[in-house]
Amino acid sequence: MKLPMSWLRDYVELPDVNARDVAERLTAAGLQVERVDRLGEGIEGVVVARVTDIEELTEFKKPIRWVTLDDGRDRRQVICGATNFGVGDRVAYARPPASLPGGFTIEAREAYGHTSDGMICSGRELGISDDHTGILVLVPDLPLGDDVVVALGLRDDVLDISINPDRGYALSVRGIGREVSIAYGAPFHDPALVGPRTGSGPSYEVRIDDTEGCDRYVARGVDGLDPAIASPQWLQRRLVLAGMRPISLLVDVTNYVMLEVGQPLHAFDRDTLTGPIVVRRAAPGERLRTLDNVDRELDPHDLVIADDSGPVALAGVMGGAATEITAATTRVLLEAAHFEATTVAYTARRHRLPSEASRRFERGVDDALPPTAAELAIALIEQLGAGRRVDGVTDVDHRSPIPTITLDPELPGRIAGVDYPQSAVEDRLTEIGCRVRASSAGFEVAPPTWRPDLRLPVDLVEEVVRLEGYAGLPSTLPRATAGDGLTRTQRLRRVLSRALAGAGYVEVLCSPFVDAESGDRLLLDAGDPRRPSVRIANPVSDTEPYLRATLLPGLFAAAARNIARGLHDIALFETGPVFRSRGGGKAPDLKAGVRPSDDELAELDAVLPDQPNRIACVLAGNRETAGWWGPGRPAGWQDAVEAARVLARSLGVDVTISADRHSPFHPGRCAALHIEGELVGHAGELHPRVVEAFALPARTAAIEVSQDILIASAPDIAAAAVVSPYPAATIDVALVVDRDLPVAALEAALRAGAGELLEALRMFDLYTGEQAGSGRKSVAFTMRLRAPDRTLTAEEVAEVRAAAVAEAARRHQAVLRS
Amino acid sequence: MSGPNDPYDPKEVSALSDDELAAAVTQGEAAFAAATDLDTLAEAHTTHLGPRSSVALARRELGALPPQARADAGRRVNAALAALTASYDARRSALEIERDERVLVEEAVDVTLPWDRAPVGGRHPLTLIQERVADVFVGMGWEIAEGPEVEASWFNFDALNIPPAHPARETQDTLWIEPADNGVLLRTQTSPVQIRALLARGAPCYVAVPGRVYRQEALDATHSAVFHQLEGLAVDEGLTMGDLRGTLDTLARAMFGPQVRTRLRPDHYPFTEPSADVDLLCWVCQGTSTEPGAEFCRTCRSEGWIEWGGSGMVHPVVLASAGIDPERYTGFAFGMGLERTLMSRHDMSDIRDLVEGDVRVTAALGREG
Repeated sequence: MKLPMSWLRDYVELPDVNARDVAERLTAAGLQVERVDRLGEGIEGVVVARVTDIEELTEFKKPIRWVTLDDGRDRRQVICGATNFGVGDRVAYARPPASLPGGFTIEAREAYGHTSDGMICSGRELGISDDHTGILVLVPDLPLGDDVVVALGLRDDVLDISINPDRGYALSVRGIGREVSIAYGAPFHDPALVGPRTGSGPSYEVRIDDTEGCDRYVARGVDGLDPAIASPQWLQRRLVLAGMRPISLLVDVTNYVMLEVGQPLHAFDRDTLTGPIVVRRAAPGERLRTLDNVDRELDPHDLVIADDSGPVALAGVMGGAATEITAATTRVLLEAAHFEATTVAYTARRHRLPSEASRRFERGVDDALPPTAAELAIALIEQLGAGRRVDGVTDVDHRSPIPTITLDPELPGRIAGVDYPQSAVEDRLTEIGCRVRASSAGFEVAPPTWRPDLRLPVDLVEEVVRLEGYAGLPSTLPRATAGDGLTRTQRLRRVLSRALAGAGYVEVLCSPFVDAESGDRLLLDAGDPRRPSVRIANPVSDTEPYLRATLLPGLFAAAARNIARGLHDIALFETGPVFRSRGGGKAPDLKAGVRPSDDELAELDAVLPDQPNRIACVLAGNRETAGWWGPGRPAGWQDAVEAARVLARSLGVDVTISADRHSPFHPGRCAALHIEGELVGHAGELHPRVVEAFALPARTAAIEVSQDILIASAPDIAAAAVVSPYPAATIDVALVVDRDLPVAALEAALRAGAGELLEALRMFDLYTGEQAGSGRKSVAFTMRLRAPDRTLTAEEVAEVRAAAVAEAARRHQAVLRS
Repeated sequence: MSGPNDPYDPKEVSALSDDELAAAVTQGEAAFAAATDLDTLAEAHTTHLGPRSSVALARRELGALPPQARADAGRRVNAALAALTASYDARRSALEIERDERVLVEEAVDVTLPWDRAPVGGRHPLTLIQERVADVFVGMGWEIAEGPEVEASWFNFDALNIPPAHPARETQDTLWIEPADNGVLLRTQTSPVQIRALLARGAPCYVAVPGRVYRQEALDATHSAVFHQLEGLAVDEGLTMGDLRGTLDTLARAMFGPQVRTRLRPDHYPFTEPSADVDLLCWVCQGTSTEPGAEFCRTCRSEGWIEWGGSGMVHPVVLASAGIDPERYTGFAFGMGLERTLMSRHDMSDIRDLVEGDVRVTAALGREG
């Protein structure tokens, strides 16, 4: 809501304060002033002057005039590039030394071979309009030499106030004026305090069929409308400053009254109406061509104003084209009604027709206003000599009384944490228009008609606290009950994330939106749960309507983006939920303000998709950089598999690696990852077709695991190691096996064979050359043996080694390398 | 130790003569002094202090002397031995120092050479700030609550006193899961977790909820469809707006430092009554850019205050939706955007830097604890 200070001062006896001060007080009271426009500021030395002579200078590429002016004192000559004026016109003359908004100073200067003694100003140069097509031509009767700021009333400050949805009353000079008067304790004159003239009998037959959608409808007539009379400058200017466009006198007057008191008005051409006005819901299939000339199919929920011909207006939203005021209109029917907020909100949104009227009805309009607003409009029309009132007032009134609120007078102080005296509570509520009566139960508070938002005691509490001032609230800390700290899951999530960062992975947060084809590009089977299955009805981008069911596509995109930006060695990770449909279904319709039963809550949760948390990494480029020490090492499947070990190790669990074929991985370079027999995910090099589909570098590697399973697998309390003080025996063993045998299997056999004395086992060499034999490989391990209670003898060490080798031989036909 | 000489096979004992001993010492000292490196010194040691050296021989002869002569001879031999040993030790340590100095100089390297072989990881600044705020609240005894990102509209709207006609429910704000009339959506705020936390814990309840939320927004410098919020909820007997303010002040200091100044300003939220916005005094211009004629402040756009988040006293309908008696308990709640908090902290101007996954962003901010 834009409001000029001059309009505000019409109704509030404000002390000598500037607009910024008013803005600060309003903001502190909850009406946030977003900006203050200072109009006419910075204009000095601009006076009214008359054009006495124009010489066209033709030697230039564009038309240039050498203009002689009479400023009431002297003759002055200036250069001017505009041509929209003639001899005799009055113009705004910047007479040196003059200044214009934006800090421009105007001096005499050389231009086009003449000394231009100042300049003639455009509307934009004066900051009063956007018009820069020509200079501003003033009305003829202004005295020469007068300061244009004074002559045109240019100096004003306009407050731009953001109005919250619960404060419909503040969408008016009246509502804001009341707040300003409270803020300064300044007297307020309510513009709506006019006795409505009742006249004799009704004005027009009106019937309200839907009293829920409309509980009041006032209709009044104006005759003898003179379409030739335009709105006066002062009215037009106020509309413009308030952000509305002047249209015609009648429309301007209805808008002016709406801005002043907050009641939207609508004017029908009375001669186009047939039969009584009926307020009802639209019938199925009914249509209406609205003022914006759009033919609309109406919804049965739309509230309409209808006559015998059918709907003539969308109630509270927009009028119809057929009954519109035109240049030919002489008889007017003025509507001032009270429509229900939700009905108007839905209709405005259904037809995408937000209007000044709907904005107000949605936020709640004073239901006592219709007769007053109609009278204000008619009085103004008469005052402007544009028409005359028709006797009679139709006022169909189905309003229900506003319930009073019982308020414990100590409640505001108790909630604020401040001791407000009861008198302050009473005063504040009275200031906003409530009637307060003390009773045995506390205060019986009757909110004013313009505050339909006040329904509960806490609503009144807010009024008291905001007017007493939030600045006066103390800063105290509640004594929270003792908490348990982070949950195990929360702690372990941090552990996992830190482990990856420590291992050289950079965390990214990727877009969770994916396209339908991302599953195909990952080569996933039809039934794979990682195919996108949760679709957004109104996606941000139509090309990505699904929620991710795997973290990989987002990471791939992030990797590709980084590489495109010249960052080639990439190791990224992301953790977070993925979304997998469980069939969905309709959520049960539950009420607000009532705790649902446990069954109902279970039903609610059942319609939600599965949202498991996952961890994924992607690697490309070098894992170790090249440098003066030698060549780099490209990232590969090994690093992706190692990431699984990094994660498992950080939680103190062992991950079992085994070969697998699993999209989107290279079928020969893919590891299944198990912890205690449970599959946690896969790692490896990506399938070349996946690499291509996501425009990744060749041999890009990745891993994706279930964060939930990983965390669940972590021991609650890890077992302490037995630290033996006896010396260790370290022996190596090299075994020759089939080339296809996974080293992990050979290692498992050695472990099993070695038994409890084996403290550590580590593979350290792999040989696949000729000496190993055709189709064979040699794998070397080092074993560290130690007993908890004694120093091992050479015989014991040899026995363990032999047992380990024997088990490897039994399981895998391994032979000792000679 | 017994010497090789036995009384039955006496040998020449001239080695024990004063002259011989003095000569051995003189020659040994000279040889040690003449040694220019440790190898030569070792050779000299063998010659003059080794098992075949004169003093060693002299020492062996002692056993052959009659007991009355042995004590005197022993003293003289020991003195000679001590003198030689001292001379040797002094020379050896001098030579060692010399060698060490030389060798260590020869082995010197250019320690400014890079060694960035291993990749450097980092965590996303938004993850870190979520952990940081979690730690602030855990420190106050609060707990960290969580909820699903795809949420039932009852939790996201109805239970929070946002009626069906409320504009926030419209498709221009909310991303709905298909089919759109199923009442399932991407949560538009972390507030639904208020309800879940209250349902799960009852009162009293002190929880903070950092998390990801979604809105129907196109990506630009200041908007992202996916962003993060921090929600706080305290429900207990006798909680006040003063407690809300104190909690927000604590959080603001933790996020922006001890000098930060906050302001509460009345605003409207359906799920709180009274409601308040939390503003921070612009830390660049300290609010001075609002004065007429002052230079424009890029940080607060010359508004003096920077809007940080929304807050208020939990609306009775919200408490009742979660089965909490609004007559007995009061509560406060607040929520703020973590991207905005982060961008304010680090004076960043483009939210896209946080969502595009450029590793340079994490490199710069991802190691701040």
